[in-house]
Amino acid sequence: MNLAALFLREWRIVMRAKASLVNPLTFLFLAVLLFSLGAPGQSLHRAEFAAGILWVLVLLTNMLSLDGLFRRDYESGTLEQTLLAADAPFIPILLRVAVQWMSTGLMITLLAPILGSFLGLPASALPATMLALILGTPALSLLGGVGASLTVGFSRGGVLLGLLVLPLYVPVLIFGSGVINQQMAGMPIDAQLYWLLFISMLALTISPFAIVTGLRISVQLQ
Amino acid sequence: MTLKELWHKLGSPRWFYQISAPWVTGLGFAGLLLIVIGVVWGLAFAPQDYQQGNSFRIIYVHVPAAMLAQGIYMGMGAAGLVLFVWRMKVADVAIAACIPLGMAITALALFSGGVWGRPTWGTWWEWDARTVSTLVLFFLYIGIFALREAITDLELKGRASALIAMVGTINIPIIKYSVEWWNTLHQGATFTLTEKPAMPVAMWVPLLIMVIGFYCFAGHNIMTRMRLEILRREAGTAWVKSVTSS
Repeated sequence: MNLAALFLREWRIVMRAKASLVNPLTFLFLAVLLFSLGAPGQSLHRAEFAAGILWVLVLLTNMLSLDGLFRRDYESGTLEQTLLAADAPFIPILLRVAVQWMSTGLMITLLAPILGSFLGLPASALPATMLALILGTPALSLLGGVGASLTVGFSRGGVLLGLLVLPLYVPVLIFGSGVINQQMAGMPIDAQLYWLLFISMLALTISPFAIVTGLRISVQLQ
Repeated sequence: MTLKELWHKLGSPRWFYQISAPWVTGLGFAGLLLIVIGVVWGLAFAPQDYQQGNSFRIIYVHVPAAMLAQGIYMGMGAAGLVLFVWRMKVADVAIAACIPLGMAITALALFSGGVWGRPTWGTWWEWDARTVSTLVLFFLYIGIFALREAITDLELKGRASALIAMVGTINIPIIKYSVEWWNTLHQGATFTLTEKPAMPVAMWVPLLIMVIGFYCFAGHNIMTRMRLEILRREAGTAWVKSVTSS
């Protein structure tokens, strides 16, 4: 199996069908704008809530983009072929999740300085914010992939996907915003970063099995 | 009968139906007896708390409900594992039976917590660590419930909910730890199996009775639901006809 070719295929699809890349990120910026408008004008205390708001929006953005993770291949039958072709098609499935992560988690990490400034995070907290995002978002894509694999068979799986996945996101939200808040309070952030890394690593070990199993179930629903 | 034989036989819904009849009765009576003793002892005879007065007595409902809420979810995760490894039909029936009871008990834990919180913390709802993890648990139950509702095929329904129950079970300890790290106002766990309780004997013995009583009740309730579900799924087979006609 040519990994590079597989990866390039996925990446090209994302880059050419720009909507799947651009729409979730646009949603994220729009939601940040709405939050700022909902808060009292020129609010001085925004930094207090900024970390939480940023992370909640990251969770929601990720969830929005997950709905399309397997859908196109599911409808065209490619997914069924992938599942048939190998005993345990972990690698092609993981590559797909990785590309989804690059188009959401990685992009959000790169855009975090802008988003953070919009939300009133001090510049000194921005590196920690980026670090927390890059360590925590892989877990979101991997755990979310499990939900996506089970809901891809339903034409309107969006709300159900959220119901399944958002409770599992709770630890990432807590430690992720914990990093930013601790950094702003001038306290050490190592423990929370290690936790984010741990959750991502754990998700990396268990979700490939769960995602493939979920897809096998969904394929039979057709 | 060896353990291995028992395990094989458990795979048969019919055998489970036959063997579970005395268990349902036994657990039902044991649960009823223990809960009645626990309620009377806890509400009338256990000493007052020196700080919380009589309001602490809701502990006799709150703690068993909270323990059971988690226990049932863990049980679903275990049943999910059994379904995946051994493809046992009875395991799926067990998951289906656990969901409604688990949701109700989790709701009871949240509600009784609010009732207890009002006089002691001065609020019905507080974003406290263990309150929040129970709420997250409630949402996990709802997720499985909604997933099962969305799938019509019986076998796929079972496998999908087993998968999500297992993923949820792995995540529960992490969720609990993270939420605890986030904020805590709750008094420490009242009851752990490994440590000697900090409350006097006259207080924790009725609590222990209530906890065991709740577990018996849950066993009774889950087994009754399982038996009905088995009858429903096997309707049309000769043995179900002979059971229902007699």
